Amino acid sequence: MPNFTAEKRVFINTNMNTITNPLFLQLLVGIFIGLGAGYLGSFMILKRMSLVGDVISHVALPGIAIALIFRINPFFGAFAALFLAIIGIWFLEIKTELPSETLVGIFFALSLAFGILITPEPELLETLFGDITKIGPADALITVALVAIIFFTMFRIYRGLTLSVVSKELAQTMGINVSKISFLFLFLVAIIVALGLKITGVFLMGALVIVPAAAAKNVSIGLTGFTRLAALFGGLSALGGILLANYFNFHPGPIVVLASGVIFLLTLIFKK
Amino acid sequence: MCELLNLLYNLYMANQETILTIENLGVRFDDNEVLRGLNFFVQKGDVLAIVGPNGSGKSVLFRALLGLIPYSGNIQWAPGLKVSYVPQKFNIDKDLPLSVEEFFKFKQKKREEIVSALKAVGITDEHHIEHHILKQRLGWLSGGQLQRVLIAWSILDNPDVLLFDEPTAGIDVGGEETIYNLLKKLKDERGFTVLLISHDLNIVYKYANNVICLNKEMVCYGEPHIVLDPASLAKLYGGEAGFYKHEHEHNH
Repeated sequence: MPNFTAEKRVFINTNMNTITNPLFLQLLVGIFIGLGAGYLGSFMILKRMSLVGDVISHVALPGIAIALIFRINPFFGAFAALFLAIIGIWFLEIKTELPSETLVGIFFALSLAFGILITPEPELLETLFGDITKIGPADALITVALVAIIFFTMFRIYRGLTLSVVSKELAQTMGINVSKISFLFLFLVAIIVALGLKITGVFLMGALVIVPAAAAKNVSIGLTGFTRLAALFGGLSALGGILLANYFNFHPGPIVVLASGVIFLLTLIFKK
Repeated sequence: MCELLNLLYNLYMANQETILTIENLGVRFDDNEVLRGLNFFVQKGDVLAIVGPNGSGKSVLFRALLGLIPYSGNIQWAPGLKVSYVPQKFNIDKDLPLSVEEFFKFKQKKREEIVSALKAVGITDEHHIEHHILKQRLGWLSGGQLQRVLIAWSILDNPDVLLFDEPTAGIDVGGEETIYNLLKKLKDERGFTVLLISHDLNIVYKYANNVICLNKEMVCYGEPHIVLDPASLAKLYGGEAGFYKHEHEHNH
């Protein structure tokens, strides 16, 4: 697993206060990422970008690999690669107005193949599937701060984002800078994906963005309910998944994603 | 002399309350000329219809008027006008998790004003508004209901000018008539100026006091019963003239 913080982390077992308790840290980081991923995921579904959400995480792999090769913090490698990817998607979005799914799909599959090829062997498995058990207090701090920024920014742009989904022209006539908020939104998605790689890895991060939001959509009529439930389901998936993984000594990433899958199945019963 | 003429012209225009003047308007996308040499003006209280075949630049004209796309020539709106726009392309399907109330609240208006706008478009039962309209998903409304809701939304902030792009696309014939009657009623009550794109010449005859026939350039301009003659219709739609075959634009 990429070491996401530069400094070495030491847990003092004789003084196990809550802040440095590994399980507490995992839950804190997991829940915050789950909340952010679920919330942003609801807008990805709204913008019909579910597929983009899934494949975007794959592009992080070559970024992480290059960072590992040059011994840079992998978070920055992942984020740099994701940033380039969202610029590409944003450009396609404003230039063509078409869902360029095929092109995006091909590009991301290729970057995954390239990433697997150049990722150093010992780190490959952790990079692909994540490992939240290795996080430290600094990771937690960064995660909480960034997720707070995500929510703060979203509260400012969600109105324009939704209106531009209903009608781009209508949003423009109301003075909304559609391409600017689209870019901001994709930027936030890049942040949450880069953060989430710690939990689920490259392969499953797309699921953490989309599955809780898809579940929320099953049981909500309006936007407020939908987006809040998506965040809640994301947080619950992380909470349940990490606790279960800890109890049964499983790898947390897949359990978190499976937990969101269970929530999705439950919501099907109450589908609106 | 010239100044005097100018002054007289301005006085005349001021008396007529011209709210929009278009001079030599042109739009091009890359090498493709979409609109060319348009000249017309709109006076307060006018209902101006824009007709023309598919791809004749009707929606492009609206987008230029709204300043959404680059253009050449001159578009002069009277200062301080509030313009409301109902585009043709709406992306509202059954799946969209957005309630009618939330859609209205995007305009940040009080509930009483939302209810009064809905009443103005003919949805009068408060119980119905409360339980069956506002709490409903936008995409679950019927075509006619959705159109009324969109019109209510567009008049929410009391605009001076309404721009409607095919206000009845996707509504059956009976429903169309109702929507146009509603628009006329609203116009009479609130004194809007209306610019509308329509494919239906009957509607144009019935409701518009001015019409622009558009096919990249202006083919005709004036009162419908005068300018919509077989010759200009032939020029507008091509082929054997006089009879306009109804076609919807499939650009959703």
